[in-house]
Amino acid sequence: MTDFALTTFSSKGKLLQIEYALNAVAKGDTAIGIKAKNGVVLVVEKKQTSILIEEQSVQKISLMSDNIAATYAGLGPDFRVLSQQARKLVKKYDLKYQEEMFVQTLSRELAEDVQVATQRGGIRPFGVSILIAGYDEEGPHLVQLDPSGAYYSWKATAIGKQAKNAKAFLEKRYNVDMEIEDAINTALLTLKEGFEGQITPTNIEVGVIRDDHVFRILPPSQVKDYLEELE
Amino acid sequence: MSGIFEYNGGSIVGMKGKNCIAVACDRRFGQQMSTITTNYQKVFKIQDNILLALSGLNTDIHTFYALMEKEINLYNLKENRKMKPTTFANLVASALYERRFGPFFVTPIVAGLENGKPILATYDSIGCKSDLDDFQVGGTGGNYIYGACEAFFKPDMSPEELEEVIGQSLVSGCDRDALSGWGGVVYVLTEQKITVKILKTKQT
Repeated sequence: MTDFALTTFSSKGKLLQIEYALNAVAKGDTAIGIKAKNGVVLVVEKKQTSILIEEQSVQKISLMSDNIAATYAGLGPDFRVLSQQARKLVKKYDLKYQEEMFVQTLSRELAEDVQVATQRGGIRPFGVSILIAGYDEEGPHLVQLDPSGAYYSWKATAIGKQAKNAKAFLEKRYNVDMEIEDAINTALLTLKEGFEGQITPTNIEVGVIRDDHVFRILPPSQVKDYLEELE
Repeated sequence: MSGIFEYNGGSIVGMKGKNCIAVACDRRFGQQMSTITTNYQKVFKIQDNILLALSGLNTDIHTFYALMEKEINLYNLKENRKMKPTTFANLVASALYERRFGPFFVTPIVAGLENGKPILATYDSIGCKSDLDDFQVGGTGGNYIYGACEAFFKPDMSPEELEEVIGQSLVSGCDRDALSGWGGVVYVLTEQKITVKILKTKQT
């Protein structure tokens, strides 16, 4: 382990490595999250670079626990590492308290690991922004975790390639009294807006959690129904 | 050291009522056959709706309590909320098992009120939790107190009845045990308040 830091301040007071990490995120496939009154939905692009790839083997929404899941924009392998870390954090909490972990708590603890990568010697920051969606005792939550370790709670947001346009679209469409079904439709509409090519049930992934505290990744058949409703 | 759980002596008991719960303890702090003080605290208020009673080696009673205080304070600061009694009960079990091969020589009882319902949990020294109904005991006079509890207990008692019954059970039990007694304290926890009553017992 080297003990000089890779991430150091520029004269303007910026951490360029984090800016560059955000650039990597901005090149990633778009992911959208919307928090409704009674649930949260995550929708993410799953565009494959070749038709030879097994679409079903790629999973972009990962479960952290029964009631919390996450997706990302940026470097897939970095997300995999953070997912594994998050799952361990949830289990550790569960062993100690035998209670469902709050989304905010998980976000805060995971953010600790992300921040460490911006300050410890010899390692680079994570190249992903993560959207964490969950339903706990406090209600529905949507949290964005950035490569800097900063995390923000959102009502609705987007990350990745189409983030700017998608957020503008969401600002017009979102309202606080939205129910989860409306939110799912809105999320799909938002993704469709900036989608390159034809949107199909297998080149996107949709995950939903309702007030039963169980996160479900929708099978392509259900996604097909929602997409047809949009027509 | 033979009988490390008997070195200091002491007894505790917990009992469920109707939307209320009580714990009681004796007040003796001894060193084998000598009595050092008669006002040792063995029941601690962890939160407005959680009480922790401990029996066993007094130094571990104090240290384990301090550890639980620290845990709940950090939890309050980190999570920005109060801890549920069932959560605290699980925390105690984890904390005890963490020291599986160098345990705290205590047998705790956790008493709490969650959404009006009484919560009672008891453990061995390495964190085996049991949350059975009615009543639980701990300490050197435990078995004697069990007998008295079985005789006096009935389900769904009011706070006043509960205070009387748990007090009588504690006193009867401790009177039989040489290492427990020298006074008793009864704590009754309801939605509105915690009442504390100091009992006068045989001073032997």
